[in-house]
Amino acid sequence: MAKNDLLGGSLWDQYSNKVTTLMNNPINQGEITQEECDAAGHKLIVADFGAESCGDAVRLYWEVDPANDTIVNSKFKSFGCGTAIASSDMMAELCIGKTVQQAVKITNIDVEMSLRDDPETPAVPPQKMHCSVMAYDVIKKAAGLYLGVDEASFEDEIIVCECARVSLGTLREVIKLNDLKSIEQITDYTKAGGFCKSCIKPGGHEAREYYLVDILADVRREMDVEKMQASADAGLQGDFETMTLVQKIKAIDAAIDESVRQFLIMDGGNVEIIDVKDSPDYIDIYIRYLGACNGCASSSTGTLYAIEATLKEKLSNKIRVLPI
Amino acid sequence: MQVYLDNNATTMVDPAVTEAMIPFFSEIYGNPNSLHRFGTASHPAITKAINQMYKAIGANDKDDIVFTSCATEANNWVLQSVWIDKILHGEKNHIVTTEIEHPSVLSTCKFLEDMGVKVTYLPVNDQGIVEAHTVRAFITEKTALVSIMWANNETGMIFPIQEIGEICKEKGVLFHTDGVQAVGKIPVNMQEVHVDFMSMSAHKFHGPKGIGALYIKNSQKLTPMLHGGDQMGGRRSGTLNVPYIVGMGLAAQLATTNIEEKMESIRVKRDRLEDALLGSLSDVFTVGDRNNRTPNTILISIRGVEGEGMLWDLNNALIGASTGSACASEDLEANSVMLAIGADNELAHTGIRLSLSRFTTDEEIDYVIERFESAVKRLRAISSSYAIVQPTAGGATLACHIHH
Repeated sequence: MAKNDLLGGSLWDQYSNKVTTLMNNPINQGEITQEECDAAGHKLIVADFGAESCGDAVRLYWEVDPANDTIVNSKFKSFGCGTAIASSDMMAELCIGKTVQQAVKITNIDVEMSLRDDPETPAVPPQKMHCSVMAYDVIKKAAGLYLGVDEASFEDEIIVCECARVSLGTLREVIKLNDLKSIEQITDYTKAGGFCKSCIKPGGHEAREYYLVDILADVRREMDVEKMQASADAGLQGDFETMTLVQKIKAIDAAIDESVRQFLIMDGGNVEIIDVKDSPDYIDIYIRYLGACNGCASSSTGTLYAIEATLKEKLSNKIRVLPI
Repeated sequence: MQVYLDNNATTMVDPAVTEAMIPFFSEIYGNPNSLHRFGTASHPAITKAINQMYKAIGANDKDDIVFTSCATEANNWVLQSVWIDKILHGEKNHIVTTEIEHPSVLSTCKFLEDMGVKVTYLPVNDQGIVEAHTVRAFITEKTALVSIMWANNETGMIFPIQEIGEICKEKGVLFHTDGVQAVGKIPVNMQEVHVDFMSMSAHKFHGPKGIGALYIKNSQKLTPMLHGGDQMGGRRSGTLNVPYIVGMGLAAQLATTNIEEKMESIRVKRDRLEDALLGSLSDVFTVGDRNNRTPNTILISIRGVEGEGMLWDLNNALIGASTGSACASEDLEANSVMLAIGADNELAHTGIRLSLSRFTTDEEIDYVIERFESAVKRLRAISSSYAIVQPTAGGATLACHIHH
């Protein structure tokens, strides 16, 4: 919310000229009949997507030449708003001349991009992106009918954001590779969630199977687990600097047990580890002297040097020992 | 020709009202609370406006009519202050309203639900109104307030306010009505109904935007929402908006004087438009018995024509109308009133509201009839609902995949 949001933009003013023109005079509006196809020896495919009760419905017609699977003509009928009609019209236009196999690759992004007046300005406002998604879905359905296969077989990935066609696999990969921490970052990197916003979290325009908030949380959790596992593995191999905190403390205790503690106990004292703090240049180990060591003059000189030298030698050169 | 048929959204300010307001901007501009002559110079005009308001709705001198910034403020005030007075500081915990109230009531009720209040949203019947016996059935001993609109903005349907008022009186429950769509459109007389609070808005009856009012029966307790300099007798602080108060008073007077005649004149035009559309178009219907509607309103459903698409074509024909359905609004929901009255789901996205005013002319009606019919013809020619060739086997839609 800021200055530009105070007066919400006029919905219709955000449509491209192409959308407006096609809404007013759709080119491919109409039907293809069985008789026409029979006369030419072609196959007729008619597919519906959406319904009046959804607020949007489209019927797509293909006249396909079975000799080479080419869509020689395509028309549509639409119950919907201006962008639904314009998107359907552009979808039919894009189908003409393509083979069925090529047409399946047409996405809602292709439809929307074709409706732009200039490549940088979206053809419709974000909340209207779903109109072009219908075009994508109905093509899949028509192709399934023609090829006699389930339309789901064209979808080799789970699509989380329909508007920007971003898959679950892509999202997981991008979050991991770029160490993304927020939904805004995900939208910046992938455009997912940037349009109708339904996929961000439950409660949007449409109910979704996957939401960005859940995917982000899951991936972050996995990343944390992986990081810990990596540390643990490194520690088992004896690499002190990459050990987890618990592993470090155990290693320090073991090193002190091995060479220092017995001498301290002989003198009626002892030492305990209070904390370990990592920084890029040092690993600071905070210790506390017990018994006779406490207050002993050597505790801040000779004994301390001995402890530090032992730990440096056995564990890491970055170690500093700090008594408190 | 351009025709404005969205008078339930807002109206043109009557030029006589604009004229009456003008002196109070740069000539008589003193603060009415000031002691000097600049301040008191506005008092006669404010007094006149107050008298015009009391007369317009038949209020008693013991009642209050408090000017507010809008009806949204008035609705918020009643709901939030009854919550404070009767629920936070009282023994009640329940509010009764309807599922088709204005957002300023529904959103406030949702907010109060978040605050722990129980709210009952009453359903409407197939006429789009809440029946009085339904209200009676849902009032409990814990009910603090019943809030039900006098007339609905989408359908124009008039609610049984008199009967509901009697029930609330009998049950000892406060009764608020959102009178925004009633005042200035139909006779409203507070002497004839038992209503504790009524919200009003000037711009719905040819007054200016940015001013409303709240009627409070017998000047009863209602904790103020705006605290400050104790204007309006301490009920609503904020420097009096003198020109707008003057404008609202005159607008109320102009709208309610000889209201029966004005209603009849609008009704004749409305009925002619409605009859023409119903007569010439197939598969259309209007919502609600027209004898129980505000005389200016038509909500018409056109099978196979999506609401926003229809608005687009009407707009191209320079006709302003509205729809609460589907794509027209940001939330992409179906028309809630259409769903509430139990219309087929298929029709919930096809509602178009046409709302006239006393300035609508016969020529404008003729023009709208002609252009409306051609828009329906064009859109049905594109519509999948009217397609002849049926889907390939397996190609039909089995269920709604979008807009859950």
